[in-house]
Amino acid sequence: MEATVVKTGTEGKTWGGGNHPLKASYGKMMMWFFIVSDALTFSGFLASYGFSRFKFVDAWPIPDEVFTHFPFLHGVDAPMYYVAFMTFILIFSSVTMVLAVDAGHKMQQNKVILYMFLTIIGGLIFLGSQAWEWNTFIKGDFGAIETKGGQIVQFLDKDGERVALRDFAAPAKGERTEQTRENGIWFEGESEYYPSVSFEQVKEGFLANDNLLVRVQHKDEHGHHIILNREESIAKVVNDGQMVVEGANLRHNEYGHPLFADFFFFITGFHGFHVFTGVLINCIIFFNVIIGTYERRGHYEMVEKVGLYWHFVDLVWVFVFTFFYLV
Amino acid sequence: MAHEQAHKLAIFRGTLKFKSNVSKIWGVFIVLSIVTTVEVALGIIRPSFLVDHHFLALKLLNWIFILLTLFKAYYITWDFMHMRDETNGLRRAVIWTSLFLIAYLVVLLLIEGDYIFEVYKDGFIKFNF
Repeated sequence: MEATVVKTGTEGKTWGGGNHPLKASYGKMMMWFFIVSDALTFSGFLASYGFSRFKFVDAWPIPDEVFTHFPFLHGVDAPMYYVAFMTFILIFSSVTMVLAVDAGHKMQQNKVILYMFLTIIGGLIFLGSQAWEWNTFIKGDFGAIETKGGQIVQFLDKDGERVALRDFAAPAKGERTEQTRENGIWFEGESEYYPSVSFEQVKEGFLANDNLLVRVQHKDEHGHHIILNREESIAKVVNDGQMVVEGANLRHNEYGHPLFADFFFFITGFHGFHVFTGVLINCIIFFNVIIGTYERRGHYEMVEKVGLYWHFVDLVWVFVFTFFYLV
Repeated sequence: MAHEQAHKLAIFRGTLKFKSNVSKIWGVFIVLSIVTTVEVALGIIRPSFLVDHHFLALKLLNWIFILLTLFKAYYITWDFMHMRDETNGLRRAVIWTSLFLIAYLVVLLLIEGDYIFEVYKDGFIKFNF
């Protein structure tokens, strides 16, 4: 192969090849491009959330009234504290991650191990918190009824405090007979959605208790849900009421519009999936650091790349936090 | 790669300078924590002045949240993801592209959502079809 021409005559010229105008390695650049595309995916989701919210802007649930729980503090109204805690956990795990990257630049293996371990712990705490948050949201709080038109009606006492359905519903009469396949030609099976009280019980209890009012999904100009007076409340429940909703799922949502629950599950779920894969990749790199792979390789750029992904997950959470819980 | 890379150690356009990369990281963490605390406090208090006044179809409070969020996003990207130390070309390829596309999509979808809201409100279409 001596005849092969190895010189092109363009060495040292701009277009002669071999330039690194971005001064970044292939892997790091690909991680950045992946992050750009993933950022566009997430903003697509968040923008469609904004679209649906603007569509129903006068009837959207108020996040402060939805996320009011804190673990081990039952019955204490603690809006936002728990999400704020989750946000701090994620920011702090970002800090330990960037400290691991910094220690990697200095080739300090033990520090990288320590900081990556803390990062993984932070990620696991965040995932656990999110599972708890979902569980609370799915189980619900006070319960509500849904009208024939698909709107949510919630119950209040005279002081404007929310009242739970189980506290005023009339006791059940008779027994609920379970439908079976033998009794119906087209019957597929019982629905999997069982509220703890029936609509009839709620209606009876509501009519018997003069202190109860309802508020509707629509909001006044100050952003508070409109509260009906007793006569209007009775008319609303008796004429429009259709079913009991407890908690939230993909079809019904006791806090308000079902789309709120749909987007909540989808966006926080997709973000949680990212956190999960981030923890997984962090674990792989963590073990590689322990067995000295990068020490032998001579550099810790893998830690930097997985760090980029981890910070991106934190970055997305900053936006999810704003648009789901604050705005 | 074994040697320590040169990091730019000043934030807030050079008004706050740090001695080492590690102390800069902690400094940025403190800044982010303060901003988050402010956001949560505003979210709980919801001052009525900020809730009742609007600018460009959004409550003032929501504008504050969005600006603080972008502020946080800037410091996460610039200091945690080391965008500050990358070349102009890489930084612009990432930031300008995503900012333009996201802003474009958000503006279009929000205008469309608001239009449909008006149709529901003034037209004769059922709430939940």
